[in-house]
Amino acid sequence: MSEMQHVTERQPVTRTCPFDPPAEYRTLRDEAPIAEVTLPDGATGWLVSRYADVRAVLADPRFSARRRPLRTAAADAPVPPPPTGWFIMMDAPEHTRFRRLLTGQFTVRRMRQLAPAVERIVAEHLDAMAAAGGPVDLVHAFALPIPSLVICELLGVPYADREEFQRNSATLLRIDAAPEEVQEAQTAMNAYFRRLAADKRAEPGDDILSELVQSGELTEEELAGVGVLLLVAGHETTANMIALATMCLLRNPGQLAALRADPSLMDGAVEELLRYLSVIQYGVRRTAREDVELDGHRIPAGSLVVAALPSGNRDTTQFPGDPEQLDVSRTSRSHLAFGHGIHQCLGQQLARVEMKAALSALFARFPDLRLAVPVEEVPMRDDMIVYGVHELPVTW
Amino acid sequence: MKVTIDEDRCVGAGQCVLAAGDVFDQRDEDGIVVLLDPTPSGARLVEVEEAAASCPALAITVER
Ligand code: HEM
Ligand code: SF4
Repeated sequence: MSEMQHVTERQPVTRTCPFDPPAEYRTLRDEAPIAEVTLPDGATGWLVSRYADVRAVLADPRFSARRRPLRTAAADAPVPPPPTGWFIMMDAPEHTRFRRLLTGQFTVRRMRQLAPAVERIVAEHLDAMAAAGGPVDLVHAFALPIPSLVICELLGVPYADREEFQRNSATLLRIDAAPEEVQEAQTAMNAYFRRLAADKRAEPGDDILSELVQSGELTEEELAGVGVLLLVAGHETTANMIALATMCLLRNPGQLAALRADPSLMDGAVEELLRYLSVIQYGVRRTAREDVELDGHRIPAGSLVVAALPSGNRDTTQFPGDPEQLDVSRTSRSHLAFGHGIHQCLGQQLARVEMKAALSALFARFPDLRLAVPVEEVPMRDDMIVYGVHELPVTW
Repeated sequence: MKVTIDEDRCVGAGQCVLAAGDVFDQRDEDGIVVLLDPTPSGARLVEVEEAAASCPALAITVER
């Protein structure tokens, strides 16, 4: 294909700016929006980089959610079956059964009712930071504990057990984790949730896990899988958005000043930060169940397809003006940061409540918040499925 | 304007409620969309069309 010769034939992975997806995506969108490429794990797949095509793929039931996960250590291995209960990798109607059991727990109304409790947790962590004095690592003092505490509370997981599950879930999100490490982390978390489910059966609490146990709809193994999925999906993503959004606002003082001057911009700013930073950095994967014709390309059955969320979110046809610039006054609600189609993020309303509470209170509490190291020294999470910072030293 | 919803397609993502909370709601039990107002006034067109466009499950249809 001649049109592919002057563009990369690999999925772009190298960033020049910590907040921008690799610049090659711009060329791909213009010149080869649907391209067969080598993926970061060495597998071959179809990279879809325009907004409209990303949405089309994710809304199309001919693309199955059962897919080869991104693992650089296991590119030649056969595609593993999805862990039991992981509906993120299931198709309808199996997916529907799990999703419908949970959507009532994550409605806009329920999550808004949770806001005061989230704000309380945020305030406690800011108090502790103020008492300790700067510099602190914002990830460990603030960005990670908030969503971890909230999802533990919702699920009914004792927060005291966090060290183990934070470590295991970090393993699952590392793209270079070895298959044995992944298996081990998965097994340990499953065993943990099976024990917890047994406890809830004996002594139900006011939490999602207890409700799932009592509904009688799931097997023990499915229950454990759902618990692991919710815990993993529910804390690292939001934690990274909070820390990366903070760093990004500190590096865009004009935007931060606009937000401080007019707090009513906050809802829109959260959407814009989600769009601009698109932390599911390598996109989401699907497998073609049959031969599919997409914009003149024939994608054979069995092909891996990557919907590049960060690229679609910078597409000028969808986001007029300059989508390469952060603009907190932009209306960017139809962004792709939470995916699209039947798998669109179940926890998105919770993530919105958490981000809003965390960012508003942080900048109000510490008007002089700043990085405590030169920006080049902040360790970025290029090695993780969820982008962000490993640490963010700040002071005030 | 006439709005219709397809409950079977809805995945309870809540985008419609964020876009136009006076037209759409979600059932408490299962998060599925509830149409509060099937014939909203023309003044709500922008919000309602945004709801339909951002619905990930394409469960909302708007007839002008
Ligand atoms: C800013 C934070 C978050 C981001 C950027 C994010 C992103 C995403 C994306 C892109 C997907 C789609 C995956 C796919 O199509 O393969 C997804 C699905 C999912 N997310 Fe989130 N997420 C966030 C927070 C949360 C939270 C707080 C929870 C808490 C429960 C959560 C739970 C889930 C679940 C269970 C799914 C699978 C849904 C399904 O397959 O039906 N996420 N998320
Ligand atoms: S946006 Fe669509 S999927 Fe989400 S609650 Fe509304 S109708 Fe259902």
